[in-house]
Amino acid sequence: MVIGLGHYLTVAAVLFTLGVFGIFLNRKNVIVILMSIELILLAVNINMVAFSTHLNDIVGQVFALLILTVAAAEAAIGLAILVVFFRNRGSIAVEDINTMKG
Amino acid sequence: MTVTAAFFYLFATITIASGFMVIASRNPVQSVLFLILAFVNAAGLFLMMGAEFLAMILVIVYVGAVAVLFLFVVMMLDVDFAAFRQGFLQYLPVGALIGVVFLIELFLVVGTYLVEPRLIRTPAVPIPPPDVMTNTEALGMVLYTHYFYFFQAAGLILLVAMIGAIVLTLRERMGVRRQDIVKQNLRTRDTAIEVRKVPFRQGV
Repeated sequence: MVIGLGHYLTVAAVLFTLGVFGIFLNRKNVIVILMSIELILLAVNINMVAFSTHLNDIVGQVFALLILTVAAAEAAIGLAILVVFFRNRGSIAVEDINTMKG
Repeated sequence: MTVTAAFFYLFATITIASGFMVIASRNPVQSVLFLILAFVNAAGLFLMMGAEFLAMILVIVYVGAVAVLFLFVVMMLDVDFAAFRQGFLQYLPVGALIGVVFLIELFLVVGTYLVEPRLIRTPAVPIPPPDVMTNTEALGMVLYTHYFYFFQAAGLILLVAMIGAIVLTLRERMGVRRQDIVKQNLRTRDTAIEVRKVPFRQGV
């Protein structure tokens, strides 16, 4: 049984869907939403690497590396904002985040 | 070949199962730990695809840095996470509906895609065979030449993220006495000592 491109794309698709599903499921918990975003980015990375090796083109791996960088930066900034928000408001529930509603 | 398939299914199953546990687990600490498991197994998938450098980077960056950062924040914030579970089932139907529709769409794409044959024949930068050059070396040859500006931009993004995170979370605590060396050095005898004439039997 040969493991081809389709197998990896299927795994990535399921993981991506789990990430989107997680955002809908945990609508009150910002931390789990951030983790879901990490899952989505991981799925994208699996897609990138799968196509890179299937097409025998290393540029896909370069871009996967850049996605990894952006994901790490995003996690750091998101968690920093979360900590500051918790310090100011004493809560991180999503329905409490309405100061900018006008 | 069957060993390859067995390892693929092992890694894929654990990745997806722990990805599910990330969003379904009751305790966010468990979610973070399952996230780490998902990343490690995704690194195994990367290894099987032949992207060894990215697999190791995934373990170092995600498991070593991002997941630990998540763990710190989850444990640092004193939040009643049980309260977040209220209404969990309320969002389940619409979330499941959207998820299933999305998954079907993705499977329709994955099941019917066609790769243009010319793309396979003419890659932008072909991957050299492993006996000529390791994956890390090949990646470096491309990243530091053709994609040097992207590399610099990635470094700038990380720098901005680091400065932003520090600026956001740094705070001056009020009411904490700290040593101020400049202030200490600027003290003279005139500012430090005061001579008072104390009246008899009255005190200062």
